[in-house]
Amino acid sequence: MDDGRLSVQVAQKVLIPLDAAFECGPGELLALTGPSGSGKSTLLRCVAGLERPARGRIACAGRVWLDTRRRVNASPQQRSVGLVFQQYALFPHLTALGNVTAALGHRPRETRNARARELLASVHLAGLEERRPAQLSGGQQQRVAMARALARDPQVLLLDEPFAAVDRVTRQKLHRELAELRRTLAMPIVLVTHDLDEAAMLADRMCILHRGRTLQIGPPHEVMTRPADALVARLVDLRNVFEGVVRGHDAATQRTVLDWHGVTLDAAHAPSFAPGARVAWTIPMSAIVLHRRDRPSRGEHENPVHGTVQECLALGDDTTIGLRVAGARDALLTLRVPTHVARRNGIAVGVPAGASLLAEAIHLMPWRDAVSEGAG
Amino acid sequence: MDWQALALSLKLAAWTVALLLPVGIVVARALAWRRFAGRRLAEAALALPLVLPPTVLGYYLLSAFGARAPLGRAFEALAGHPLAFSFAGLLAASLVFNLPFAVQPMQRAFEAIPADVRPAAACCGMSPWRIFTRIELPLAWPGVLSALVLTFAHTLGEFGVVLMVGGNIPGETRTIAIAIYDRVQAFDASAAGLMAAVLLALSLAAIAIAYSTATRAEPYRG
Repeated sequence: MDDGRLSVQVAQKVLIPLDAAFECGPGELLALTGPSGSGKSTLLRCVAGLERPARGRIACAGRVWLDTRRRVNASPQQRSVGLVFQQYALFPHLTALGNVTAALGHRPRETRNARARELLASVHLAGLEERRPAQLSGGQQQRVAMARALARDPQVLLLDEPFAAVDRVTRQKLHRELAELRRTLAMPIVLVTHDLDEAAMLADRMCILHRGRTLQIGPPHEVMTRPADALVARLVDLRNVFEGVVRGHDAATQRTVLDWHGVTLDAAHAPSFAPGARVAWTIPMSAIVLHRRDRPSRGEHENPVHGTVQECLALGDDTTIGLRVAGARDALLTLRVPTHVARRNGIAVGVPAGASLLAEAIHLMPWRDAVSEGAG
Repeated sequence: MDWQALALSLKLAAWTVALLLPVGIVVARALAWRRFAGRRLAEAALALPLVLPPTVLGYYLLSAFGARAPLGRAFEALAGHPLAFSFAGLLAASLVFNLPFAVQPMQRAFEAIPADVRPAAACCGMSPWRIFTRIELPLAWPGVLSALVLTFAHTLGEFGVVLMVGGNIPGETRTIAIAIYDRVQAFDASAAGLMAAVLLALSLAAIAIAYSTATRAEPYRG
């Protein structure tokens, strides 16, 4: 029971609707992601005790912090949380040292100063102890906030968009520092971020939120390649989400046959969908292989599709190609290839091109009306 | 020069400041952060002394202090003398007409504290009292101080309400502003001029103090 795990279930209908449940194990980093207004920050503030949901239960390390049925609602002071606020919310009249010391009230008075210096050193701020927040850069302020959150020896660390307020270079540096710092931390860490790349890079698991509801929880790679439904697929910014009808299953070859508006595709075996069922399906851009112009290769037999290049956008090393697929109701397939490959194959707007969809990467999802297909 | 009137004015101002400091902070914090029904109405009622003619305010206060009103009757039963035309009555009136001068700057100061700073303090494990003394008060202090100085200066100079509620009893309710009026009525221009100059100097000093503390507190507001 007392294993340091954080478990959260909250629900309410008014103000900011919530219907969320997640767990986070000791030492685990869980990213709460979703569009603005999806209730990420509200959820985090519920854990910290700064907001009280209408219904719910929140427990950490065997202690119940909130149980609306039993009328338990511990104050933020009674909950052992460290929270890094979006704008850091440092105390502007106190030095970096004073900010950290403010959260050391639970330790003996004579040890606080040394502990605060130690914490500041651990976030690479040694020598800046006497600076006020206004005299520190954005990245340094974030580090003070991190040290202050850890000062309480919290049983859970909550990070509310901690990288949103700094420039890109600083953000990458802070990302590395968090990844490094994590190894020394044994408590559950919940990171709120709207940045999917950040979540994928830092989190052990990610939790997709939409209008206060948890839609899917899982390892980032799984969520981003095997979304639970079309809505999740859209929220994790998958470009290739289409509609199709299941034709049948072949247990021998471990394939499911799919009809994509007239184009027949082999997909990863998904026997839970009945033949004839209308489904949504997706494929990661990395699993779409551009056919070579000069000499065909064997891989081209796998789900070949042909069409006309409608978009061609070179961004540094990669080129994103939008292929208007012949048949398939002119759906727009998006794939990404190295820029030199696109150039060698003469990819340009209006040029005919072919591609293969790797069957194993085609992922089927239950049909929901929310699907907006690539065809525009 | 009526030294007794000056001393009385200073005493009245000191008492007003001392009592309005805690009251003002409580009211200002509530108006700054609490969301309750009738908050706008409370704010409007609080600002009323700023726009109401002093004679109107004085008239209503005098009615409330009279032996026929509940407040006046209760006070007389307890203290043994009427509230009207006494120092206590003057102080009560002074508290009322100074409320906006005390509350408004304090409210602005508390409102200026960044939104997440207090929740952050709670998440640091600081008790509500500790948050008040270590975080809120130091951050709001320039506003609180200027509120107190304004209240002090304003009490020294108030005339209409004092005349209505206190009358002109030497040593009890004759403040320096009343004394000036009194001297002018008696064609004693030199005494009136001297007292006016003293009042001017005091007010100027008070404002100067308020401004200088406000600017010195600036640096950490980034």
